[in-house]
Amino acid sequence: MLQDQDRIFKNLYGLHGWQLPAARARGAWDGTKDIIARGHDAIIEEVKASGLRGRGGAGFPTGLKWSFMPKDDPRPSYLAVNADESEPGTCKDREIMRHDPHLLIEGAMLAAFAMRAHVAYIYIRGEFIAEREILEAAVAEAYEARLVGKNNLNGWDFDVYVHHGAGAYICGEETAMLESLEGKKGQPRLKPPFPANCGLYGAPTTVNNVETIASVPDIMRRGASWFAGLGKPNNTGTKLYCISGHVNEPCTVEEEMGIPLRELLEKYAGGVRGGWDNLLSVIPGGSSVPCLTAQECDDVTMDFDALKALGSGLGTAGIIVMDKSTDIIRAISRISYFYKHESCGQCTPCREGTGWMWRVLERMADGNAQRHEIDMLFEVTKQVEGHTICALGDAAAWPIQGLIKNFRHIIEERIDARATEPLSPSVPEAAE
Amino acid sequence: MSVRRLAAEQPDDFVFTPENLEWAQATVQKYPEGRQASAVIPLLWRAQVQNGGWVSEPALRYVAEMLGMAYIRVYEIVTFYTMFNLQPVGRYYVQVCGTTPCMLNGSEDLKEACRKHIGPKDTVSDDGKFSWTEVECLGACVNAPMVQINKYYYEDLTEESLGKIIERLRKGESVPPGPQDGRQGCAPKSGPNTLIDSSIYGADKSGPEPGYAGTSDSKAKMPGPY
Ligand SMILES: Cc1cc2nc3c(=O)[nH]c(=O)nc-3n(C[C@H](O)[C@H](O)[C@H](O)COP(=O)(O)O)c2cc1C
Ligand code: SF4
Ligand code: FES
Repeated sequence: MLQDQDRIFKNLYGLHGWQLPAARARGAWDGTKDIIARGHDAIIEEVKASGLRGRGGAGFPTGLKWSFMPKDDPRPSYLAVNADESEPGTCKDREIMRHDPHLLIEGAMLAAFAMRAHVAYIYIRGEFIAEREILEAAVAEAYEARLVGKNNLNGWDFDVYVHHGAGAYICGEETAMLESLEGKKGQPRLKPPFPANCGLYGAPTTVNNVETIASVPDIMRRGASWFAGLGKPNNTGTKLYCISGHVNEPCTVEEEMGIPLRELLEKYAGGVRGGWDNLLSVIPGGSSVPCLTAQECDDVTMDFDALKALGSGLGTAGIIVMDKSTDIIRAISRISYFYKHESCGQCTPCREGTGWMWRVLERMADGNAQRHEIDMLFEVTKQVEGHTICALGDAAAWPIQGLIKNFRHIIEERIDARATEPLSPSVPEAAE
Repeated sequence: MSVRRLAAEQPDDFVFTPENLEWAQATVQKYPEGRQASAVIPLLWRAQVQNGGWVSEPALRYVAEMLGMAYIRVYEIVTFYTMFNLQPVGRYYVQVCGTTPCMLNGSEDLKEACRKHIGPKDTVSDDGKFSWTEVECLGACVNAPMVQINKYYYEDLTEESLGKIIERLRKGESVPPGPQDGRQGCAPKSGPNTLIDSSIYGADKSGPEPGYAGTSDSKAKMPGPY
């Protein structure tokens, strides 16, 4: 079990102040100047050695990502911090921004310095209005104390700006976020070119999640070996887990990577409602990843590799727990509706497919379908997956694939229970 | 994706208040020379707030002109980003999160409370005080089910507690946002089971912030005016 002194987010629950003096008393902005004096590459090497992997969903090694930034490019470089947090089940970056914003600002400075960038934009989702006001106030404090800005005390000119969106999940996708920052619709760009070569305003840019960036100051202060000593090989450090749904005490908690799912739910979230045996399924990494069966939940650990081995993923570690009272077809169908609502519309398989899949699932939830349509639906998810500009198409396909793979019998039972009734004539097969 | 159109009835004009104008000019400065279009969302949002919760067509033209953007580009933005309301909303705009984690914990009940205490979805109540809609995950899932009312999140709701909040707002009372069941932020309801070793706070003598989750806004108790 993780000790309190090994936790990075000491004010996760807002039991202490977010302002600069309180943040400093908890260790923020301690020795930032000395860390910067170690040089750009030393920071990148330290972050590489820590094994930190991106906390935004994909788990890409952070140090490696930073090393892709050009070292002597005439264009300015940018850091864009992804604070769009909109993946259903995920609510961790919010806590960092409203309760420990200085960790994020300091982390942004260190990351920007490592990548030779003088400017960072923090793109926060539009709905987080109160959170944005706190973050803006914390940025103002940092300027006031000359921790950031031109000729600051830390020795690297650095401007940080808080920017906000206006309600579009897709703006969490990194290139959509850059489009949005440029004042356009948030429609993802084709890659390549990758943002490290051609990002914001056509200049080298790195996009990182809030939790990733806010972990960096502690890694630099305590050393890569401290971070790498927590968790499991290739899945190091600590992680914020958001536990929602059918547990007795939903909560967000920081624990080691690789903690067993069952231990996490029982120790921190009061256990599954009605006991462990009442568990139906868990979506372990935010709505985009396939659900697990209760049996798989018995001994799976919460890390990138173990969940990948089960055909699911750690994603954002937004853990959605469903007990046996759940209508899982309806639950997944609501996720499908989400993707339909959030598709940016520029690729046909995603724009049309998300709505199609949702409508079929709604019918299946009513039992108003035929057994062979289950295979057809699966086939359509395969036609969407991997055939779109961005990963939203995949994210829409995977939860349905997980449903069919793990709970096909429930769909079949629902269909069979209604099979005595004729299919509504107004419903053409596999369409509206 | 959904179809979104401008309201049929439009005011004649829109200009920023002097305060907002000053703010807008400063905001444009956050972006490099020639990149002022970057400020389009923040400016439109400010216009929406000033306009009582929705953006009018004159406001689009005003912002387009201020940023040197073609009108169609700004029009694209307001139709793409769903937080822009193109029709008037109630003074208290209740947005019920309906996505799966909230659904699992009772968002249907919250919609029922809205129907009972406000009326049909997307319809401004007769007194102009309320309207409600369903939105997608608002990023507070461990505090499900929840709603956003204007600026603030009201969390850990029930049909009954949301109904009470609406009635109190109707009477002009102030209702503190955040968890409505006495919880501290995203901690377990019975109290934090981590971060209890007081030695890690040796030098930090601060306590919890007053108001909503430490918001910097001293007027945080009230969600309005917009
Ligand atoms: C549809 C979609 C939505 C995403 N939403 C978010 C988000 O809200 N926050 C986030 O940090 N990353 C999000 N991502 C992942 C980002 O594209 C990007 O990988 C991430 O911000 C990189 O940061 P990291 O390396 O620190 O994880 C999203 C990706 C996709 C495809
Ligand atoms: S996959 Fe969907 S969200 Fe992504 S670019 Fe294509 S249409 Fe847009
Ligand atoms: S699903 Fe409602 S806040 Fe996330």
